[in-house]
Amino acid sequence: MRFSIYRYNPEQDDKPYMQDMELQAVSDEMMLLDALLELKEQDESLSFRRSCQEGVCGSDAMNINGRNGLACITPLHSLSEPVKLRPMPGLPVVRDLIVDMSQFYQQYRNIKPYLIVHDPEPDVERKQSPEERDRLDGLYECILCGCCSTACPSFWWNPDKFLGPAALLQAWRFLADSRDQAEVERLQELEGPYRLFRCHTIMNCVDVCPKGLNPTNAIGKIRHLMLKRSI
Amino acid sequence: MVNTGVVDGDTEMTVTRRKFDALIIGAGGGGLRAALQLARADAKVAVVSKVFPTRSHTVAAQGGVNAALANVSPDNWHFHMFDTVKGSDYLGDQDAIEYMCRSAPKVVYELDHFGVPFSRREDGNIYQRAFGGQSQDYGGEQAARTCAAADRTGHAILHTLYQQNISARTHFFDEFFAIDLIKDKEGYILGALALEIETGEPIVIEAKTTLIATGGAGQLFRTCTNALINTGDGMAMALRAGVPLQDMEFFQFHPTGIAGKGILITEGVRGEGGYLVNADGERFMERYAPRAKDLASRDIVSRAIAIEVREGRGCGPDKDYVYLKLDHIGADIIKKRLPGIRDSAITFAHVDPIESPIPVYPTAHYTMGGIPTNRHGQVVVPEKEGPEEPVPGLYAAGECACVSVHGANRLGGNSLLDILVFGRAAANHIIEYLNEHRYHRQVDDDAIDRAMARLARWDKGGDGESVPALRAEFRKVMEDHCGVFREHEHLSTGLEKVHVLRQRLQHARIKDQSRVFNTARIEALELENLMDIGIATVASALARTESRGAHSRVDYSERDDNNWLRHSLYFEDGRLDYKPVRIKPITVAPFPLKPRVY
Repeated sequence: MRFSIYRYNPEQDDKPYMQDMELQAVSDEMMLLDALLELKEQDESLSFRRSCQEGVCGSDAMNINGRNGLACITPLHSLSEPVKLRPMPGLPVVRDLIVDMSQFYQQYRNIKPYLIVHDPEPDVERKQSPEERDRLDGLYECILCGCCSTACPSFWWNPDKFLGPAALLQAWRFLADSRDQAEVERLQELEGPYRLFRCHTIMNCVDVCPKGLNPTNAIGKIRHLMLKRSI
Repeated sequence: MVNTGVVDGDTEMTVTRRKFDALIIGAGGGGLRAALQLARADAKVAVVSKVFPTRSHTVAAQGGVNAALANVSPDNWHFHMFDTVKGSDYLGDQDAIEYMCRSAPKVVYELDHFGVPFSRREDGNIYQRAFGGQSQDYGGEQAARTCAAADRTGHAILHTLYQQNISARTHFFDEFFAIDLIKDKEGYILGALALEIETGEPIVIEAKTTLIATGGAGQLFRTCTNALINTGDGMAMALRAGVPLQDMEFFQFHPTGIAGKGILITEGVRGEGGYLVNADGERFMERYAPRAKDLASRDIVSRAIAIEVREGRGCGPDKDYVYLKLDHIGADIIKKRLPGIRDSAITFAHVDPIESPIPVYPTAHYTMGGIPTNRHGQVVVPEKEGPEEPVPGLYAAGECACVSVHGANRLGGNSLLDILVFGRAAANHIIEYLNEHRYHRQVDDDAIDRAMARLARWDKGGDGESVPALRAEFRKVMEDHCGVFREHEHLSTGLEKVHVLRQRLQHARIKDQSRVFNTARIEALELENLMDIGIATVASALARTESRGAHSRVDYSERDDNNWLRHSLYFEDGRLDYKPVRIKPITVAPFPLKPRVY
């Protein structure tokens, strides 16, 4: 199987280039990450992040034949040759398929991604009905892989000002939590022309999310709540 | 910048130094729970992690965390304690087990307050499911003690703890690889040398206390449920700093990894009503554990599957796995309670468990052994004064530690509990220690030399064996010689082989000598750690001539309490020593030894 892989080592290369690589024996069972691990045995300088190998840690997000995804849950047989692998777009490249995700993490931190409660803590759990808990499904499962935000044109143009789909999904995750008591503050901090409102519902985020989550829908719900609050 | 005077060839290296009250190595659940406690107590805390915190392997825990909340079945911590002691095959230390089981409800309620999205019951309380080895009333009816967030409990807990640490403004060193501990002449641990992966620059992090929370070493075995990062780095660092490793022969094989791949399928599947069948369609666990059946403890279920396959009753074209059947529990429950493993089964086994059973086989999963600690998380070693003298300034918690609450076999749902309880306990003890030790001790340059040399070793270019080839060979040897069933001859040849591989690794080379994000260098350092742990595991397994919990010797098939009711201690020089099990709990009467039947 043939691969064309983005290579860049800042210590050696003036500019990035695409390198052709090939694997002789590939089985139907292999995931893209398995192939990358074998290619790394051929050339140990090939660099990428990886850990869990089952799509829960979010390390091995990359651009696969033009589309962001996780290498560990992308079956090799689903890909056309040569398989073009690039780092996720829009973020600075550290080396090969490894991007600097600081900006992505910073936007996540900006939405205060933690439960804020003003009441004293009870001795036991805070009650939450199954229906209230159901509202968190499709939100809390985010693995912070970055596929969505780095597929979003609005994030490409304004990664410092637009929160991006991943952070906004988490903003809604806390707004939607019946235990959270910071709705007003949270909504206030999402005001302004950029943070939330740069979303133009292009929906690339929904298209690429490897966990099947829907940030666009969450953004819509935040807008709806803002509107409701303002009247 | 401080010049350490370390000279490597012609280049004199300068190393950045940072100072903190507390250093935590590892950002899984144990490390993050400790960090949160310390940050909230206004200690200056640094967390060093070789991956971004939410990539840590806690994220992959599925089924849940045990606590006797009694939301579903009548329960109290005494029942939980009994089950844990029995599950450990009586090798667990009963003081630590009492402490853990008593603390469990509190740490779970704390998680709810932190924001963990636990699944809920109609009454608004936390949902709990049945798990293996759980009973009401000291061995009676099945209990439901495992608090769950669908089948993504580890993910929910890890992300929540990271979020709380953002709120507490914990200082993170993300993608820094810890090389070795720094120890002074009086035996105090004063921090660690780490490598910033992105730049390739070493950094000395000085700290009054150091907590190792680096997780397990599942990568020892070719087929495992563990992430690629689980290479036992902290255990190997402790070993090199003169700390023995305890009970390394006890390695858990999870009964239900996807056959041939090792992807974890939670015990929660059986907790929700799924069961195992062989090629005859027989529900074979009834023969091995007449009462608990599929919810017997993991060592027992894993051996049962291995025996079914060995005796020709395996499923599939090669008769090399059994089926985990859950279609009968219904699409609604599967989608609601087990959505993650449904995804995994579809992706990796190409079956939708709503319609078809999942092919499964036992898979390396959990390191019961590790760095010996007491229930305050202090690392303890044998000294003149006794078998358990604290190493000043050094702590360990979670899978890398051995308190020992899991003894010879861990119960499902007790690992998330372990990291929370002992991450928190270690932090509380560190806070006391910091009150008594208000100033940093001097770190001399020569204390850093050894760690710098470990790093410099891989800067030698030239020809040599490749790290990935040695790694593959090593993991195969571990699987072949130290798996579910063990025997003297096989273990001895295994031990020779791993020693030879360790020798060969001394002559391995990496060709990639670049500084920036050099993952080949990290993998080489990881393999050194892994091999040291592997030697400890095989040597301890060879010496223990009995069968107890997960350690199953074909040639010594019975538990031998007269000779072996004791913990193994493996030292870096290959020496083995032993210490007694702490049979006495803190406040209650000890649970006496009994034959272990489910």
